[in-house]
Amino acid sequence: MIEIRNVTVTVGERNLLHDVSTTCEQGSLTALVGPNGAGKSTLLAVVAGDRQCDRGTVRLLDKEVSRYSVRELAQIRSVFPQGSMIRFGYTVEEVVTMGRAFRDLPPDGDGDAVLDAMISTEVEHMAFRNAQTLSGGEQARTTFARVVVQATPVVLLDEPTAALDLRHQERVLTRARALARAGATVVAVLHDLNLAAAYADKVVLLDDGRVAADGEPWEVLTQELIERVYRQEVRVLEHPVRGCPVILTT
Amino acid sequence: MTVASLRRLERPVDRTSWVAMGLAACFLAAFFASVAIGAVSLSLGDVMNALAARFSSAPQAPAEALNEAVVWDLRLARVLTAVIVGASLATCGAAMQGLFGNPLADPGIVGVSSGASLGAIMVVVLQISTFGMWTLPVGAFLAGTGTTFIIYALARPGQEGSDNSRLLLVGIAVNAIGGAFAGFLTYLATAEQLQSLTFWSMGSLASAKWITVGISAPLTIVGIGLLYHWARPLDLLALGERQARHLGVDVKILRRKLILVTALLVAAAVSFNGTIGFVGLVVPHLFRLMIGPAHRLLIPFSAAGGALLVMLADLAARTLDPPSEIPIGVIMGSLGGPFFLWMIYRSRRFGITPT
Repeated sequence: MIEIRNVTVTVGERNLLHDVSTTCEQGSLTALVGPNGAGKSTLLAVVAGDRQCDRGTVRLLDKEVSRYSVRELAQIRSVFPQGSMIRFGYTVEEVVTMGRAFRDLPPDGDGDAVLDAMISTEVEHMAFRNAQTLSGGEQARTTFARVVVQATPVVLLDEPTAALDLRHQERVLTRARALARAGATVVAVLHDLNLAAAYADKVVLLDDGRVAADGEPWEVLTQELIERVYRQEVRVLEHPVRGCPVILTT
Repeated sequence: MTVASLRRLERPVDRTSWVAMGLAACFLAAFFASVAIGAVSLSLGDVMNALAARFSSAPQAPAEALNEAVVWDLRLARVLTAVIVGASLATCGAAMQGLFGNPLADPGIVGVSSGASLGAIMVVVLQISTFGMWTLPVGAFLAGTGTTFIIYALARPGQEGSDNSRLLLVGIAVNAIGGAFAGFLTYLATAEQLQSLTFWSMGSLASAKWITVGISAPLTIVGIGLLYHWARPLDLLALGERQARHLGVDVKILRRKLILVTALLVAAAVSFNGTIGFVGLVVPHLFRLMIGPAHRLLIPFSAAGGALLVMLADLAARTLDPPSEIPIGVIMGSLGGPFFLWMIYRSRRFGITPT
């Protein structure tokens, strides 16, 4: 579980986050959405322990995030970062295995976990390729496999689908939701509102560092709210198969 | 996801053991050649006898006693020094390339080598003799580690900017100041002083003695052992500092430890023998091409490979133009440069990225 209480992050005169509070329940997938510069990645970085907030608290599994050591944090939360890149010619398999490097799990399970993660992100056929030669989407899938392998109770994903094709967007979020159903607390920054609508249990809409709305997809992804926050005209329909909202620009 | 599916991944042929055997064979050959070849050339049998003679009290013929003296008193300390220097510089190169995520980083990147040079120049030109014959190495060592300390303190990585680029920029600035100071001192130097400075700046193992081996060997073994111990966190740094932290590496502490150990190892190698370039840059690079970038293998292979390279360069330095010695830096550049070019060319042909 993640509890975010009155988090404020200030850089110079500007509030990147202003008094943000929300709770992400165990077993759920929360989508963080909002326009560019709304503070989604900043909030995720605060939750991940990458950056300190100026006011407020973030608690992961009932303990403040700043009170964990680096090694302890690696046991409880994994992060899919934006713009992942790798130096030196490690193979895809080596990169995925890095997810386990400092994880206090029996090492004899590593091989199976790595293979399972590579199969589910469909990178196993390039397991021994130099990870530097991958395309952007292939790299993102490799990174996602590394996050899965870390097998932590809190999973933080910063735009995991940005570089992916249609099929892999669905596969990655399906897997993310499966992690949530298996007991993890998953938070994903998503730009595609339709993906957020389809996969999230809860949507947090950020606007200029503040929470504009926080609730189930049908409550948050309304025409009125989206038009106000994104300054873009939209229509909201019901998905013919999934029954979730579908947002179309007009 | 069981054994059946594991079989689906066809692993490419692993060349590591072949590389290891080849390297071991070359290492032994170079070691014995370095002991055997010189002003007095010995056969392999002579070398063996001379090595064994130290451990037996059987009476010796005068020729055998001479061989024993050549092997033990002249050559062995020098060969071991080559091994120590090469192994230190190459493993530190691997560690700094890993830390900075840059295959062009060399062990002197945090100012040790240039600091040590400045220390040596100060000792020679200002005619400091506080520690007698040890003044030069002590001065170089203190100036080398001191420079690294200054750069680290000014950059304070992990405070606000929180990355390595600040460390690099401060390093460039401090190196420029030190370089200007060294240049000024060189300008003041007499012709005689200049000659000894040239000698130092191009490196030479001629001053190798058992006492220097005794001082630097334990330091080197502990230092390389520590770098090997940090192999896994070094691997994770390839993902960048932020992601390494996500995976459990305390980058701030690791960086401090790596820089400290590297500064000590490089300063120890450089203070006695002068600056020997190229080894730390090229050796890790070569082995990354051959056995991949994982540091658990890269560090021991670099240690052996660096030792091999410096042994060969020193052998060439003292045998190509007897009785005088060619500076080892000259050998290293003229033989190592073309070899490196060939490796880069070859790797491109096989479609392997040189990093």
